[in-house]
Amino acid sequence: MPNSTNDRRGFLKGALVGTSVAMTTGVSTQALAADKAQAMTSNTDSQGYIFFNLEEQEWIERLVNHMIPADKLSPKGTDLGVHFYIDRALAGGWGKGDRLYQSGPWKKGLSTQGYQLPLTPANLYKVSIEQSNLFCQKKYGNKFSKITTAQTEEFLLDLKDGKVSFPDGPPAQVFFSMLYQNVMEGMFSDPIYGGNKDKAAWKMIGFPGAVATHAQNVEKYFNKPYKAPIFGIGDLS
Amino acid sequence: MSTKLKEVDVVIVGMGWTGGILAKELSETGLSVLALERGDFKTTADDYSLPNIRDELRYTIRQELMQNASRDTLSARNNPSQEALPMRRLGSFLPGEGVGGSAIHWSGGTWRWTDMDFKIRSMYEDRYGKKFIPEDMTIQDWGITYAELEPYYDKFEKVAGVSGKAGNLNGKTQTGGNPFEGSRKNEYPLPPLKTILSAKIFEEVASNQGYHPFPRPSANASQAYTNPDGANFGACQYCGYCQRFGCESNAKGGPQMTVIPIAMKKPNFELRLNTWVTKINKDSNGKKVTGVTYTNLKTGEEFIQPAALVLMCAFAFNNVHLMLLSKIGTPYDPVTGKGLIGKNYAYDTGVGAEMFFEDKHFNPFINAGGTNTVIDDFHANWNFDRSAPGFVGGYIISAGHNTNLPIGYRPVPKGTPMWGSKWKEETAKWYQTAMGISTRSGVLPHRHNYYDLDPTYKNAFGQPLMRLTFDYHENELKMDTHGAGIINQMVKALNPTKFSNAVATKRSWNTVPYQSTHSTGGTIMGTSPANSVVNKYQQSWDCPNLFILGASVFVHNSAYQPTGLVGALAYWTADAIKNKYLKNPDILIS
Repeated sequence: MPNSTNDRRGFLKGALVGTSVAMTTGVSTQALAADKAQAMTSNTDSQGYIFFNLEEQEWIERLVNHMIPADKLSPKGTDLGVHFYIDRALAGGWGKGDRLYQSGPWKKGLSTQGYQLPLTPANLYKVSIEQSNLFCQKKYGNKFSKITTAQTEEFLLDLKDGKVSFPDGPPAQVFFSMLYQNVMEGMFSDPIYGGNKDKAAWKMIGFPGAVATHAQNVEKYFNKPYKAPIFGIGDLS
Repeated sequence: MSTKLKEVDVVIVGMGWTGGILAKELSETGLSVLALERGDFKTTADDYSLPNIRDELRYTIRQELMQNASRDTLSARNNPSQEALPMRRLGSFLPGEGVGGSAIHWSGGTWRWTDMDFKIRSMYEDRYGKKFIPEDMTIQDWGITYAELEPYYDKFEKVAGVSGKAGNLNGKTQTGGNPFEGSRKNEYPLPPLKTILSAKIFEEVASNQGYHPFPRPSANASQAYTNPDGANFGACQYCGYCQRFGCESNAKGGPQMTVIPIAMKKPNFELRLNTWVTKINKDSNGKKVTGVTYTNLKTGEEFIQPAALVLMCAFAFNNVHLMLLSKIGTPYDPVTGKGLIGKNYAYDTGVGAEMFFEDKHFNPFINAGGTNTVIDDFHANWNFDRSAPGFVGGYIISAGHNTNLPIGYRPVPKGTPMWGSKWKEETAKWYQTAMGISTRSGVLPHRHNYYDLDPTYKNAFGQPLMRLTFDYHENELKMDTHGAGIINQMVKALNPTKFSNAVATKRSWNTVPYQSTHSTGGTIMGTSPANSVVNKYQQSWDCPNLFILGASVFVHNSAYQPTGLVGALAYWTADAIKNKYLKNPDILIS
């Protein structure tokens, strides 16, 4: 077995590109991952915020733990790292408006015309968190992170249904749809992005992750539950 | 100040399927061929490789292989009375960028369009009368025939490594194939892909109801394969990451691993990456093109590249955009119906049902781009009587799983909460036990569906964005309604634990959710300069040394995906250039 990153990369290339005979039978993902596990002696990843300020950190933690509570199916949102996933996404290129056409003029537009705000995702979060705290303060007498569970549920349902409006800010429903999409991304994307810790969300639904080949599995698991280890990109790199 | 470069024989704009095919075919004649491509050249070995290619967030959600909207996008509206606004993120359609174009991230669906498409107006008028075709439906015959294209379909299927089962070999119906397809001289180069559970269930219910199911023909190699040019394919690994992803196995046919590497071995072929063509140049009387103007995206410098022959091979709407920006031909005017550039934009429509089976295990992560079973009884079947449903065209129905990854695909029955423990429970319960059945139909052209230049918004080069005006009309609603009825009978017969029926609704096109990348029309093909931009050889009527290749020449869209026809037309045009045009560089038909 190869034992360094470079050797592994060479092995992956040789084994998996194009026309090699190996392609007709596939390569054992398990063997690659076992090799990786052996190579890793300790987990040195450090976690922490690089985008949200203290107020916003309370807000996002409250949000992800409400949407993803701990139960028999998975740990809670912060234990899955969903808050860190969103923090990193907003600090990075996507949050700063990569691939977003940002020239004016800006018009409200129709729902069929999609996102039309002059805000990057990072800006939209900043102003919407602030506005939602003001809204909750007014309606419930407390900021979002301090309202009760029942109030949180009501507030989020109203946000989703367009019943919340931010007096000085962007359309609240536009924020909700971005927020909800990001929570789902943080839960179900590869753990390499900071969420879905220990592939817990993939385990919950039985998604096997970054498997090299399923060629033999079409027949093997035809109308049967798939039972095999789950891999992330990090397990195979 | 732009720099004028030395003239080449041929310049090709864009390096997807059409550009790649023409690059190979014309560089073999010894002509100097220069290809200009906006993007870079990603390779199977370094980019579409394990484990990093198995990344839903990067490729599906963040759209890494797609056109970058921050640099150039379209503005959109549903009808001429609205104000078009820019698509600030791409959504409804996702054209690829870089060598290989959209053929890097396609699923591989490869169909042979028939004379029912090429002779659409005359066939419907003959059978149903002139009044059957709505006044605003701007369909017309294409001026090409299936018989002319048959050898070129065959060529493309072999080059792209298409897996499938013939349904009509030399006029004889074949068991297991599509009995309604045009007569084929040869079988598909590769046998069909394996049948997954959802496709099998659909096959059985469709058969029981008297229809004719068959495996969808797809450029996903069902076994290791070497194509006639010597390009090697690995076998499909059913990895479940097909649509939106490059293929680490080289099992998904694309120009980047077939025709383009062959062209690159020729000393008379050059590929210039990171070059953005802003204009096609004309001579002083406008009867010929003289080459193109482009920007080197690595330095910002502008160049004028003279060429004796210009081939526009960009994505369909980028071809149209360049024609409008270069002021070649007359822009279409929806009020008068005059002008042709931008006319007959078309797209897809469809409806679907979702079914949940407590006792089944679909394993929605084990599949290929083409692991679908299809019926064509309501499209290429001319015996299907359209007089009662009252629509022109038709739809295919299919089922099967393709790239059902968990950020985007988490089916739950209606009424399920969107978060919380109950949501988790339902998501866990149904992720692996759901399947859909859906139709797809080509939208037929309508006088108010068209492209022109946006009056307000500009791209990174200071040029007007292209403006798309598009909506669904009565014909689409009729097809969707009929298709929903057929699907819902199947749902009833399958008796799932829970289900949502297919429902046809009168709706406006929404730019946000992904629907399909099958945008057609804008530089349509036809029988004379009065009714079309190009002739049947994809040659401009206005400037005979300009050819426009790809789905922008489609007069309408079909229920079949476009790439089989795009590829066949590319080979057909390559032959016409080599055997006719080069001997007498003039208009090929008068």
